[in-house]
Amino acid sequence: MQVELVSPEAVLFSGECSQVVTRTVDGDIAFLDNHAPFIGALDIGQTQLWADDGVVSLAINGGFVEVSGNAVTILSDAALAAQDIDVADAQSDLQAAEQALAADSDDAEAAATKKWAETRIQVSEAG
Amino acid sequence: MAGGQERILRRRISSIEATKKITRAMELIAASRIVKAQGRVQAAKPYSEKVTDVITNLAGGGAGVDHPLLTSPEEVSRVAYVVIAADRGLCGGYNNNVLRAVERAIAADKSQGRDYALVLSGKKAAGYFSFRGYEVHAAYEGFSDQPNYSDAKTMAETVAELFENGEVQQVQLAYTRFLSMGSQEVAVEQFMPLEPTEIGADVAEDTDGGGYEFEPEPAEILGRLLPRYAEARLYAALLESSASEHAARQRAMKAATDNAEDLKINLTRIMNRARQDSITTEIMEIVSGAEAMGQDDDDGLEDFITQSLEGSFATLASDRNDA
Repeated sequence: MQVELVSPEAVLFSGECSQVVTRTVDGDIAFLDNHAPFIGALDIGQTQLWADDGVVSLAINGGFVEVSGNAVTILSDAALAAQDIDVADAQSDLQAAEQALAADSDDAEAAATKKWAETRIQVSEAG
Repeated sequence: MAGGQERILRRRISSIEATKKITRAMELIAASRIVKAQGRVQAAKPYSEKVTDVITNLAGGGAGVDHPLLTSPEEVSRVAYVVIAADRGLCGGYNNNVLRAVERAIAADKSQGRDYALVLSGKKAAGYFSFRGYEVHAAYEGFSDQPNYSDAKTMAETVAELFENGEVQQVQLAYTRFLSMGSQEVAVEQFMPLEPTEIGADVAEDTDGGGYEFEPEPAEILGRLLPRYAEARLYAALLESSASEHAARQRAMKAATDNAEDLKINLTRIMNRARQDSITTEIMEIVSGAEAMGQDDDDGLEDFITQSLEGSFATLASDRNDA
């Protein structure tokens, strides 16, 4: 199936894939060829694309996915490929977020920052 | 003294030459940036197209159109203007065209008893409105050359807050549309509430949603998607404006370079005439002086003329070399 990963500033990935795994706000979901039409909102998480030349791993900070007519379109505000992730930056974000959470466990912004930092570290380790 | 005038002219010519070099450099820089800016406009298109597609499909899936961003209020008492201008001048009428259009629109609103709120991008916009005593709600600067999506996001959040709090009932977006290298035009468009027809959300709601599965509910996805749509639209406007800014600057700097060239040619002509005049006068003085002396001493006359003329020609030759 044809897969496109589009951010506001550029098309980050475009090509044939055999499988796509991503995370919607309700949980992980996988798409194979000829999946039923689907629209979902994405959570912060890892997205994997099984392309012809190997698995592409990306960290995605929220967005949308649409599946129709054997084509998957992922729209994301912020998506990073494994090689583009600055691990040191993610680590320092993680520490700052954990400190903020220790002070106020209801801080939703810090929780999101933490999740995004963890996702980036996880993706860069996997890639 | 005529020589003094010549020196002043020569100084002016060299200063015009220096200015010409600067305007020429700015022209070339602007020209190269237009191409990049146009590239960014193109690169941003797939995203906004896809977002629009998804909204259309969602509306078809029965997402409903009762989101605050889609609801037109019954009465408009305050209108927010999002104004996109440049951080720098030297770009012809680019800034003024947008700013005047907004000022006219505000005046028209006032005559209908509507108040205004200003959200500005670009130093020139902030300067213009605060100098004229307008109340500025928010001003952003530093990215008119090369706007990022995050800049659009920050601005869109400010505007959406104004709109969703009910402080304003309508938002207008004023920017410069990039039609081609040679033509750009100011556009003042409705930004919020979003027009259901424009995003395809007016599709009949009783369809079966094209057989789509939704996760989570269509209404919730739409709620998340509409702010993204507004951001993408603002981002597109920022990008088009930046391309227009570079095009306007290139034209303005080309005109300035051409003017400097004309001015230089004219001044060189005037300077040469002044130099010739001063030499002619000098020779006349020498000859008439010599003639006056020659009445009592003929031998001295020839020597005097020869010496004086040699001196004059030497000055003439060195002037030529200087020029």
